[in-house]
This record gives sequence, structure tokens and C-alpha cells, in this order.
Amino acid sequence: MSKAASTGGPAIPSAGPDFEHLLAQEVVIEPKGDARTGAQAVEPDHKPRAVQGLAPAARGLPARGVVARSAAQAELQREVEQLLYLQAELLDGKHWQAWMDLFDDQGVYWMPVTTEQTEWEGSPSIFAEDKLMMEIRKGRVSHPNAWSQVPMWETNHIVSHVAVESASEGQVQVRSRFHMMELRRDTVRHFGGRYQHTLVRGSDGVLRIRLQRVDLFNSQAPFDYVLQIWV
Amino acid sequence: MNVEQFVEPDRVHRRVYTDQAIFDAEMEKIWERTWVYCGHESQVPATGDYYAVTIGRQPMIMVRQADRSVQVLYNRCPHRGVQLVGNLKGNVGSAFVCSYHAWSFHLDGNVRAIPLAKGYEGTRMSRDNPDCSMKHAARVDSYRGFVFASLSADGPPLKEFLGEARIAFDDMCDRSPVGEVEVVPICHRVMQHSNWKFFMENQLDSLHPSVTHQSTGISAGKVEKRLKAERGSAPLYYHYLSTFASSFEQWDAVQTINFPRGHGILKAYMGLRPKDPDTMEHEAMLVQAYGPEKAEEYLSRSIHHVLVYPYLSVQSPLQQLRCLRPVGPDKTLSEIWHFRLKGAPEAIYRRSLWYYNLVNSPATMINADDLENWTKGQWGLQSNGGDWVSFHRWYGDDRVENGVTYSNHGTSEAVMRNQFRAWTQYLTEGGAK
Repeated sequence: MSKAASTGGPAIPSAGPDFEHLLAQEVVIEPKGDARTGAQAVEPDHKPRAVQGLAPAARGLPARGVVARSAAQAELQREVEQLLYLQAELLDGKHWQAWMDLFDDQGVYWMPVTTEQTEWEGSPSIFAEDKLMMEIRKGRVSHPNAWSQVPMWETNHIVSHVAVESASEGQVQVRSRFHMMELRRDTVRHFGGRYQHTLVRGSDGVLRIRLQRVDLFNSQAPFDYVLQIWV
Repeated sequence: MNVEQFVEPDRVHRRVYTDQAIFDAEMEKIWERTWVYCGHESQVPATGDYYAVTIGRQPMIMVRQADRSVQVLYNRCPHRGVQLVGNLKGNVGSAFVCSYHAWSFHLDGNVRAIPLAKGYEGTRMSRDNPDCSMKHAARVDSYRGFVFASLSADGPPLKEFLGEARIAFDDMCDRSPVGEVEVVPICHRVMQHSNWKFFMENQLDSLHPSVTHQSTGISAGKVEKRLKAERGSAPLYYHYLSTFASSFEQWDAVQTINFPRGHGILKAYMGLRPKDPDTMEHEAMLVQAYGPEKAEEYLSRSIHHVLVYPYLSVQSPLQQLRCLRPVGPDKTLSEIWHFRLKGAPEAIYRRSLWYYNLVNSPATMINADDLENWTKGQWGLQSNGGDWVSFHRWYGDDRVENGVTYSNHGTSEAVMRNQFRAWTQYLTEGGAK
């Protein structure tokens, strides 16, 4: 306890007759002498506190999905949806190599910690994996002595809200949402969030993943155990 | 409770990991007395910035003052007990204002205003009563920017408590040409379903990596080998992972140093001085800043982990820090932080970031298997299948000098024996010697 608070002095001043008045009024107990800090601040500070993280407006409104006005656009929407559904099925079926093959050679799987992050390298991430790192993870979960994966575990992905945000000759930008339930030993965990896919069409005409960005809605909550496979 | 019955020099009773009464005694006699890590000063850069932190069972607030000092207060309004901050972090402006009845407090905890204060005339809640202000941690101090608080006015000063484990912070900061680090403002939090001691023992346990982490070490080793064959070299971070599958003999050659109060160091050179341009640039900066001799001393330290017992594991060469916040006998929250070396090349940060992402992220391929071991360990110790936990490996083989125990073998369970010596002192004498 600082000296100032225990050296007597005037009684605590009244803040006034009503709450509104209180909020506007300067009602201050001035610590005297060697009060450690804060004594100079005399205004009751009721201005809005800083918003944690990015204000919703700063994130920007989600772009409207491309509405199919031609057979080609309708076809693209279906093609993209089928790719995302296939990905979900491959993950749930533990077909790791087939899942990795959905990515092109430069493909990256990225799960940032916060929505503010914009680059897959250079700041802490939950996953930040190119195809070589995916290969390590595949080899590790497939190893008989991957102890953490010995207990029974399964996942179930639901993908929805698929919106093609933009499409050019070689590249398609897609936004969607997912919900993954994971059984681990005897309990079920839930992970939900947003996928942002950058897809590229190869010379063989096949659409592949160049970047899969995964924003978990609960990425900053404590993790009860850790994630072991791509969401 | 007589805890000495549970601790013998070469083994401990399972109850020290499972018993609620023992856990409560640990909170009271260790966490709520000794110095506990709160956070780094750079977590609260601006006046009014706060971070909620748990010390033992006590909800505290680390808050930046207008005079640039950092204070640690109980998160409790002295009026009716409501917590004054509700989020993990934020900024309170120039004062704490209670959401219940608008009592307000200066950033140092002293009462600032009480609404309708006339109503207190003639009562004991007058200005001269310290009960009107937020309660402080008894002691707050920092070492090279790392803030600690003690809820007891008694006990050794921070520097004495840290003892030789100070090297954790020196080693981290000395690698910066300006001698400082700053926090990367993202904290991974992972809940361990095990007693806090599992983590502290595991950190310096050199026998486990090649068993526990073999699947990741082997898989990474294959890719590393292929890359070397195809490209002539592989990035250092493949080696971070493949090293975990080193042989028992290699790990046994790594030494541990075990200090009073349970602190300890696992030696080992992380191969962090390749001759690439980024490393050379960094080393030249340190030579410029400290001179060749000091720079060499800083760069050649053989440190893998430093433990500040009973809650901190610092991997100083890679600027990572894990802090335990025990929740119950079988539940422990770990907070995982990463730091930047001020003034060092970006590439050096990115190199350590790979380790952070691979070993410490909530999708880590390494700690996943540790967590599984500790969970199963906790369950095993809750059973009646046996009462004692063995720490016999290389018992009697260690070298003791001036109260410091040096293991002749990396796999010696000297680490656990030393930790329990400190533990027993804390619980029986009110303080480790």
C-alpha cells in the first residue's frame, strides 16, 4: 500500500447524486507525496477502451460470391465445391497422400493464429507447411510409434458457404466455412472457422490448391491437447 | 501434512502427483510465496496496458504505470470483490473502473473515486483505510525485462531466487546486439492433463526424446536426407526435428547441471552456428557490440533448456519460453511465448520461429507425444498398480560441487532428484535453500 493512501486526509468525496453525473464529474482522490504513479491522471476516463484485435469494420465486408451468369461460371462454382468436398472426404478418410496431391507443387497449408496475419512466414502460426513439411507430418502420423495417434481418433468435416470471390484465367479465390468434429479417445472436440483457398489451374486443366488459409474461430483459446492433422 | 514421507532420495510416492491436499500445499507454500513469472515488460508497452496473470490460485493483473514501471495487482475490487478486468489483456486507460458500482482506481491500485462517497461517512471505509484500494503483490521485480512477482514480503530477492538460472535471460538477451528482447505478441496456450511436475521433469529428461519423438524424428530425417542428396543441403529446421531421433548414446552424452531451488540446465549445442551469411551477419553484430571475446562467450554457450523451478522452461538460444500455470493436481495450463532479439537480423528471428512453430505450436509434431505420455502418466499414477515413482537412473553417480549437481550422464535422473530436494524444502521449511 502506498504511503499516500494511508496518511489520512479528506474523506472520500461524494461523486454526486446520480450515475450520469458521476460519469461526467471529476471525482478524484489525490494521492499525495510519493505516490508511485498515476496521481497525475485526474480525469475519470470513461472513453471507449481500445478494441481488442481488429475492429470488425477493419476486416472489411466479405465479398459477395460470384453469381453464375453463364454456364462457365456455374460450372466453376460446382468444380470448386466438389474440390472442397473431396478435400473434406480425404481428410476424414485419412488419405494423406491423396490429400497432399490436391496441392500444387508450391502449395502451402497455413493456419495463422490471428486474422490480422497476412503472410504465412515470419510470424507464429499453428500450421505453416509446404509440401515437404506435409510429407514429414504424413510420415509421422503414419508411423506405428506416433504415440499421440494410438488412441482412437476420427474427424468429420462439414464445408459450406462456398463463395467464389474472384476468378481469372489461371487463379480462383474462394471463401468457405468449415466445422470439424474430432473424436479423440473418448471425447469430441469442435473446431470451426473459415477457409480461404487460392486455387490455380495446372497445364493439365486440373484445379489445385496453391494456398489454403485456415482461420480457426477458436485459435486463441487454450488448446485442450494439440492438433495433429490438417483441419 | 508431513510430505517427507512421500519423498525419498531415489523415489517419490505417487501421491505427490495426484493428491489435492498436496496440490493445495504447493500453491500455498511455493507459488503463492516465491517469485512467479508474470510476463515480459513488452507485453504491456503503453500506460494502462494490462495482462491478466494467475499466480498460484490468485488472479492478478500486470499493468503498465504512467511512470513506465510495471505493477502487479490483485484482480479484485475492494468494494464487493468483483474482478476489475474481464479479459486476458487490454488497456484500461488511466484507471481501473469496476463494472459493478464504478469504484475507480489509479493504475497503481490506489482508490481514485467512489460514487456517492457520502454514504461512507462514519464507516470504516474512509480514505485512510487501505482496504479501499486494490491490493498489490507484496513484491514486484524484473530481470532484463522479465517481470516477476511474489505474493509474500518474505523470502530472497529475485536475483537470489533465480540464482544461476539467470543465465536463461542473460543468454536470450545477450544474443541481441542491444542486449534486449521483445515479446512476439501471440501466446499459445495448451492445457496439459497432468500434474505440473511431469512437464518440469520431462524438460531435462534426455532419455525420452528418441523414444517419445521417434516418429517425427525419423520422418523428418528421411526428408532431410533426401534434400541433402538432391540439393546439397537442407534448412536447419529439418534438423531441429530429426535431432529428436538421436540415439540413446548421443543423448546420454548431454550433461545436466542441477542448481539449488530445483533450477537446472540441459546442455547441448543446437547447431545454431552454421556459416551462412545471416549467421555471419549476426555474429559480426555481436562482435561489434560486445567485442570478440564476449561475443564468442555468448554465442558458444551450450544450452538447450534452462528451467526456473517450478514453472518455467526457457529455450534461450531460440528465444522460446514456456510457463506453467497449475490448475489442479491433474491439470496444468502452459503459456508459450516467443521473443525477438532487438536489432538482430530478421533471418535469425525466422530461424528460431521455425522451431517455435514446429515444437511449440498447438499443432506441434513434438509435444503432442509428450502430452500423450503425461496424460497416461497421470492416469497410471492415479491407479493402485504401484505406489512409487523411480528416479534410480545413475543414482550415486552424479558429481556435487558447492550444492550444484552435475550429471556424468545426460540420462541421469539427477534432475528429478534435485527437483524433489527443492520441493521438499519448499513444503517443509517454507523456502528452498
